[in-house]
Amino acid sequence: MFQFASVSDFLLMDGHGLYVWASYAITLLALVFLAISPSIQQRAFIIQQKRQQRIEEGQNQQRVDS
Amino acid sequence: MNWQWFHRLGSPRWFYEKTSRWMPWLLSVTLLLLAVGVVWGLGYAPMDSKQGNSYRIIYIHVPAAFLALAGYYVMAIAGAVGIIWQMKMSYTVMRAAAPIGAVLTFLALVTGALWGKPTWGTWWVWDARITSMLILLFLYLGIIALQGAYQQQRTANKACAILALVGTVNIPIIYKSVDWWFTLHQPATLKLVGESSIDPSMAYPLLVMIAGFYGLYSWLLMHWVRADILQSESKTQWVKEIVVK
Repeated sequence: MFQFASVSDFLLMDGHGLYVWASYAITLLALVFLAISPSIQQRAFIIQQKRQQRIEEGQNQQRVDS
Repeated sequence: MNWQWFHRLGSPRWFYEKTSRWMPWLLSVTLLLLAVGVVWGLGYAPMDSKQGNSYRIIYIHVPAAFLALAGYYVMAIAGAVGIIWQMKMSYTVMRAAAPIGAVLTFLALVTGALWGKPTWGTWWVWDARITSMLILLFLYLGIIALQGAYQQQRTANKACAILALVGTVNIPIIYKSVDWWFTLHQPATLKLVGESSIDPSMAYPLLVMIAGFYGLYSWLLMHWVRADILQSESKTQWVKEIVVK
């Protein structure tokens, strides 16, 4: 059974709302950071590798041309 | 005994390809567990007769602390395997476990402080459990810093593995701190052996959250290891093929 009579009761939690909600919010932020940062790293790596491959191809092309 | 799985696990490519298939499943189960646990813990579990609603922080505080400790085992064992068998993948796991463990330890400390203020009337005390958790945070941060301090990764890996192994001394101290020095932190409410001092109506959502955090930890570890693999294997053909795609 739901423990609170209304939404505002649920948010206030008898005066403990700030502590409870702050804990959950900080946890959410920290976990999102952990989940996202390897993705950002991976994307940056792939962009950098693609650029490098293009440079190498360009150098090979020059060698063929000359 | 067949050791083939152990050798396969040592192959970065095998790990990368397998986890590509596992991770979406693992993530959906994990998110489901966490959603059920959060709603149950915040809205449906009964109020604590002594602490009121502030106790609802337990549903993230305890799982975060659990995984902060379990994560240390992962890191130290991975470091030991790396030293003994010179396994590259093992060091990769060790490196990935450090930032995840540091964040989880930080969360256990912060949610503990937020729980302590309305319950004990203070954000922080130099209680045995809290102090040993702070040392755990410094161990994790020390390993991250040590990893960055060396030019050569091989040297850095070895140094980190040794620091991680020495730091395991702290783990039993954390576990036993609430019994050895009975100060402010409450003793364990969930017990594997004997009767738990927490009512089932509060314990079930907690168990769901702990399961969810285990799932989340595994997913995060795979995710961090994969990002590391791409960089350290950047010269290999299979990574070049992934980049082109």
